[in-house]
Amino acid sequence: MKYLRYLTFFFIIFNFNSSHAQEKDLQIKITKNLRCLICQGQSVYDSDSEFANSMKVLVKKKLNEGFTEKQIYDYFKEKYGQWILYDPEFIKNTYFLWILPILMFIIGGAIIFKLFIIKGK
Amino acid sequence: MKTKLIPSALIIIFCIIFLIFYKGLQNSNIYIPKNNIEIDVPTFNATLFDTDKEILSEEIFKNNKFYFMNIWSSWCIPCREEHQFLMNLGSQENIEIIGLNYKDKNQNAKKFLKEFNNPFKLIISDIDGTIAIEWGAIGVPESFLIYNKKIIKKIVGPLDENSLLEIKKIIQ
Repeated sequence: MKYLRYLTFFFIIFNFNSSHAQEKDLQIKITKNLRCLICQGQSVYDSDSEFANSMKVLVKKKLNEGFTEKQIYDYFKEKYGQWILYDPEFIKNTYFLWILPILMFIIGGAIIFKLFIIKGK
Repeated sequence: MKTKLIPSALIIIFCIIFLIFYKGLQNSNIYIPKNNIEIDVPTFNATLFDTDKEILSEEIFKNNKFYFMNIWSSWCIPCREEHQFLMNLGSQENIEIIGLNYKDKNQNAKKFLKEFNNPFKLIISDIDGTIAIEWGAIGVPESFLIYNKKIIKKIVGPLDENSLLEIKKIIQ
């Protein structure tokens, strides 16, 4: 019985730590994808400016309120526009950006196939 | 004919890609906030300056009149420069000036108001800077002209003579 009590105790402790760590990981992931608007070239995670620090606090608050990652991005997008996100979304302006690598891969593949494989035969 | 088709197609594709990226290079990579916007006033809960009283944003901007929300702080040097314009605007009858005290110490803020006078009808505190983010602000000072619960103009940076004239024109 005593061992069972210890076991439950450790289980709770370790479980608590891991859930806390997961939340922290998500918080870091989100702040790394948010651009610090007053310090060019730095993410909110990297910056220590007043603005970035407030953003970090707000991301933590929103996570505690139960917001999902996408909801948090949408919230900041509504306030500051698409520019706040480092990872561009798949929208009209970024179609080319996203499709270009696939296109290059297909065209390149076709050229290689045509030049080496068909010719080789 | 066939052998020339692939290289020429490749050259054309790369030219197009080059042109698109070259054009993209010329876009500004500095964040420029939109100034003439018409969005709803954000909803938030704030503490009244120098008290423990909580207030809802709906209560602050409840009337259909002009409000001028100014984000200020005692440690902010440009805020000192713009203060005279705020005092000037505060003397107008048809506008109410609301202050958002950004990441400031209560004592310093009080000293600042004592030294430069108080143009604000009401001041709310933003200790961790999260209310300023609700407003889409990036720093201090920043101001918003509000009418009918909508933000109709945003001024990033300190107020100056030109922006003061512009506001006066709008509110008349």
